[in-house]
Amino acid sequence: MMLNIFQYDFMLRALIVGTLIAIITPRIGVIVVLKRLSMIGDSLSHTSLAGVAAGLVLGINPVLGAVFLTVIAAFGIERIRRSFPRYAEIAIAVIMSTGIGLAGILSGFIRNAASFSSFLFGSIVAISDFELIMVISLCVLVLVTVTALYKELFYITFDEESARLAGIPVRLINIVFTFLTAITISVSSRIVGTLVISSLLVLPVACAMQLSGSYKQTGFLSIIFALFFTLSGLFISFYLDLKPGGTIIITGVITLVTLMILKARPILHANRGNNA
Amino acid sequence: MKIKDKQYLNKVVEINNLSFSYNNKPLISNISFSINRGDYLGIIGANGSGKTTLVKLMLKILIPSGGEIKLFGVNINSFKGWSKVGYISQKATSFNLSFPASVEEVVGANLFSRIGLFKTLKKEHRELIYAALEKVGMQDFGKEMIGNLSGGQQQRVFIARILVSEPEMLILDEPTVGIDIRSEEEVYCLLSDLNEELGLTVVMVSHDIGAMTIHASRFICLGEKGFFEHSPRDKISNDLLTEIYGHGVYLHNDSVNSCRHGEL
Repeated sequence: MMLNIFQYDFMLRALIVGTLIAIITPRIGVIVVLKRLSMIGDSLSHTSLAGVAAGLVLGINPVLGAVFLTVIAAFGIERIRRSFPRYAEIAIAVIMSTGIGLAGILSGFIRNAASFSSFLFGSIVAISDFELIMVISLCVLVLVTVTALYKELFYITFDEESARLAGIPVRLINIVFTFLTAITISVSSRIVGTLVISSLLVLPVACAMQLSGSYKQTGFLSIIFALFFTLSGLFISFYLDLKPGGTIIITGVITLVTLMILKARPILHANRGNNA
Repeated sequence: MKIKDKQYLNKVVEINNLSFSYNNKPLISNISFSINRGDYLGIIGANGSGKTTLVKLMLKILIPSGGEIKLFGVNINSFKGWSKVGYISQKATSFNLSFPASVEEVVGANLFSRIGLFKTLKKEHRELIYAALEKVGMQDFGKEMIGNLSGGQQQRVFIARILVSEPEMLILDEPTVGIDIRSEEEVYCLLSDLNEELGLTVVMVSHDIGAMTIHASRFICLGEKGFFEHSPRDKISNDLLTEIYGHGVYLHNDSVNSCRHGEL
């Protein structure tokens, strides 16, 4: 008989945490992608790696170090974006380089290299009580805020100038969103890994955009896709003995490619707007 | 006293000695004019003459370097009634076409600030959305993705978006840029209808002097040699055009009164 995935406590934890992360990352991801900032995940997760290294060197909790540095980096991106209004990529590249540079230097001072590399690909199957609590609180925080600001975030993402004129406190909401993005990335990159978190932000949204007919649907479908990637990725990695982080992402990539091929064929096309 | 009050309120916008400099270069200097309730005001002038700047000053997106602006009788610095002003920027139709949003969602966006946190659009809001879409003849496109519509249809959706919050004045900056001539004419006519039938004040920035002479009830010109204001039936002379643009401009009025009611 096959191994039962549910008889292992570590796998149960992985499934719970994976589900929670699959629910919140696309909530952030939809806005990040539609703001044309898809690479922000990469940039911030590398900074969070520098935070992890700093934490390990200074002997404080690496996840807290990551959260702290990532929040600073996220506001750094916003600040640099204002100096180069039409070149958001510059800000992302500058912060990414800073993160990689710092992580590189700091990693030289870490004695236990294994613990550092566990952050690169995450450790969804080795989650401590502290991390479990952190992910649950993060999940609550992100869901409550994103639900409360759902309409405002949509308007700002679609047309920031009109949103401002319509009386939406754009600056404040952008600050709140930047903060949420930073903590979501730093906490979830501990779980799924620095190198894969940005794909989890972008892939479900990319898949949802292939099918959806509205913003609301895009949000809903991206959660469904993220759950599908994470859970099927975990099952596949467990039974085939693969690395979970990478398996989750590759499941996502295969799904996206399949959807793109199907969409290029007339069957799916006919269901979409006949006005195009 | 009452009559005086009423006259006072009839001035939707009052601009006194307004100046604005960009990089120490004066772009707008010392202009004064007012816009009355029910006006269809065209702001015309060559590229770079400060038309968009003037509008942005009226919307408090830019801060003047001198002078005073009053909206609905209140100094712009203490003005709170922004819901009375609907604005469509030049960039409105240059949004990312693949943005996944339905027409309903785009129009509903302007209701957000009055709905409040945690609440979603209800039936009554949906009715407001469709009432606004009906005013622009787009009621059958509510579920359509905004990116699938033509430029003219998108512009009408954006007009519906500002109508949904029931403004008293519409400000449009080159609303017909990037759309075909027929749709362009439809947008101008739609605005004429809104102006005449709903009594909305319309302020339109345009470089299309021909269209403005047909549709606007008044217009002001910003030019190299200063600022001109025109009374309703004053046709623009070629001498004046030369003065505004620095060279002769041929003005043709072939399409006079091409709006046919009921066509939209």
